[in-house]
Amino acid sequence: MGRIVLEQVTKSFGDVTVIPPLDLTIEDGEFTVFVGPSGCGKSTLLRLIAGLEDVTSGSIRIDGRECSDIPPAKRGLAMVFQSYALYPHMTVRKNIAFPLRMASMSRQEQDRRVEQAAAVLNLTEYLDRRPGQLSGGQRQRVAIGRAIVREPAAFLFDEPLSNLDAALRVGMRLEISQLHNRLKTTMVYVTHDQVEAMTMADRIVVLRAGHIEQVGTPLELYHNPRNLFVAGFIGSPKMNLLEGPEAAKHDAHTIGIRPEHIKVSAGEGAWSGVVGVSEHLGSDTFFHVHDTGLAESVTVRADGDVRFSHGDRIFLTPRTERMHRFDTNGRRLA
Amino acid sequence: MSTKASRSAARLMLAPAVILLLAWMLVPLTMTLIFSFQRFLPLRGGFQGWVGFENYARFVGSSAFWPAVQTTVLIVGGVLLITVVLGILLALLLDQPMWGQGIVRILVIAPFFVMPTVTGLVWKNMFMDPNNGLLAHLWRFFGGDPVVWLSDVPVFSIILIVSWQWLPFATLILLTAIQSLDSEQLEAAEMDGAPVLSRFWHIILPHLSRAITIVILIQTIFLLAIFAKIFVTTQGSFGTRTLTYLIYQRVLESQNVGLGSAGGIYAVILANIFALFLMRIVGKNLDR
Ligand SMILES: Nc1ncnc2c1ncn2[C@@H]1O[C@H](COP(=O)(O)OP(=O)(O)OP(=O)(O)O)[C@@H](O)[C@H]1O
Ligand SMILES: [Mg+2]
Repeated sequence: MGRIVLEQVTKSFGDVTVIPPLDLTIEDGEFTVFVGPSGCGKSTLLRLIAGLEDVTSGSIRIDGRECSDIPPAKRGLAMVFQSYALYPHMTVRKNIAFPLRMASMSRQEQDRRVEQAAAVLNLTEYLDRRPGQLSGGQRQRVAIGRAIVREPAAFLFDEPLSNLDAALRVGMRLEISQLHNRLKTTMVYVTHDQVEAMTMADRIVVLRAGHIEQVGTPLELYHNPRNLFVAGFIGSPKMNLLEGPEAAKHDAHTIGIRPEHIKVSAGEGAWSGVVGVSEHLGSDTFFHVHDTGLAESVTVRADGDVRFSHGDRIFLTPRTERMHRFDTNGRRLA
Repeated sequence: MSTKASRSAARLMLAPAVILLLAWMLVPLTMTLIFSFQRFLPLRGGFQGWVGFENYARFVGSSAFWPAVQTTVLIVGGVLLITVVLGILLALLLDQPMWGQGIVRILVIAPFFVMPTVTGLVWKNMFMDPNNGLLAHLWRFFGGDPVVWLSDVPVFSIILIVSWQWLPFATLILLTAIQSLDSEQLEAAEMDGAPVLSRFWHIILPHLSRAITIVILIQTIFLLAIFAKIFVTTQGSFGTRTLTYLIYQRVLESQNVGLGSAGGIYAVILANIFALFLMRIVGKNLDR
């Protein structure tokens, strides 16, 4: 079990309010991802749940139990840190067994759980090494191992993959998702990488300056961003946001159209512009189109085999049914 | 430095320093070694012939030798124990955020800047003097009989004085080590259910092991040679005669350079055995 409920939680450091009153419910077994720009309070929120920081006011309940005054160890949560925070002088085995040892578990039970975790995480060969003798990905797995042996009510991850290279990150992303499918334990995962958020999350919580901007499944956020901030934050490359006469045509202050919802053609279309930089990914090509009279630059997606050169004049047609409309305050219009 | 050219250039650049260091070390050592095989009495005609290992046998055979070794080990061990234990506690304390941190840190470090001779005299005359010392006043204030520190508990007194001087050194090194500990490690241990004492024992202490090694090694080297504080306090009486002090007495008081030199060589050997022994125990920590 691991249902986490935050009610009117606030956090200030001295005079600075980092988290204004915030309500959030994380359901049991859910994979929840906190995303948001740097400094928006993601780590702080996670540390409040973990108990590493005290809430300034409000309440945190885990499985119905009020936790504001319960020390971190007693909350039944396990955390994986960005720096892994392994104990450098202990072997992998001792690292993983440390929480069990602290819980005064019997030797056999400790060994059994460590072996089991090591098997799940492909660490069996490395049990007698020290963290210093492991690669980044292996260290990450040890940190996860140390978390899973405790059989916590929920896992907390603070940007666990940000120290890994791109290829390893994709691999570990998959492994963590598989782990979640197997364990079915609540996981709260902080990242500022929105690809991680989209691919792993059951639900995404988008934060800005301590506020929750929107909570929803990845596709809800993609299809129905509640405001301009979420619209601009979710999706890669970013949604094109256009103001002025073009937006007025659609009775909006701002319209948003994703690069993949614009048709590109050499001959005809609603808008026209000049190709600037093209990014060829093989499967897709992204063109940055200038001189459209709409915005500084409009990004469009085309198939990988579409070829235009720098300086070519091309024509763009947005799919109006996929257009998002926002009012002057940045709120979505129905 | 990986290419052949840069390696040989590096050697060339290092050469003067290495040669200077070697000369610095080797010349006195060789002279001591040569003297130790001679009967050499400066006031009675100087060189009086080669005597082989006689000086060595006499130095060890003298009734003062083993007590001196014991005293040395006792003083060095006692000071190490006090400075390391108190140093860790002080470092932990100074690491806590508190008001006036900067000034407190400077105050803690201050004793290290006082010259050893001055330290000895200040302690002898201002603290430990049985009539007018601060400690005597303190004892009397609580209705006790003042302790005659330097003759009743002379070895302990010297350990106390030396520890006072070396505590800042230990504290400083241990403090920087504590500050270099990744706070996420402590937080991870906290989440793993380790209470304060376990966190100290399993995380902080192992992290400090390297710094503790360095403190012990450096202090040992200096402590084996403490002289000034003994000279100005007890003059080696009341069982405070260390090996260094014994050598001093042999050379200057008995004017026997040969015998003193043999003692010097023993001291070098002792120090090396000690250093090797320490490196062995804690070497694993150093080359990690
Ligand atoms: N101990 C502290 N004292 C004062 N301010 C703090 C403290 N910890 C965090 N803050 C402030 O709180 C805000 C949120 O910090 P937090 O670490 O939660 O950001 P984040 O969303 O995790 O950012 P990032 O993606 O860069 O990790 C920041 O503006 C930061 O400066
Ligand atoms: Mg963070």
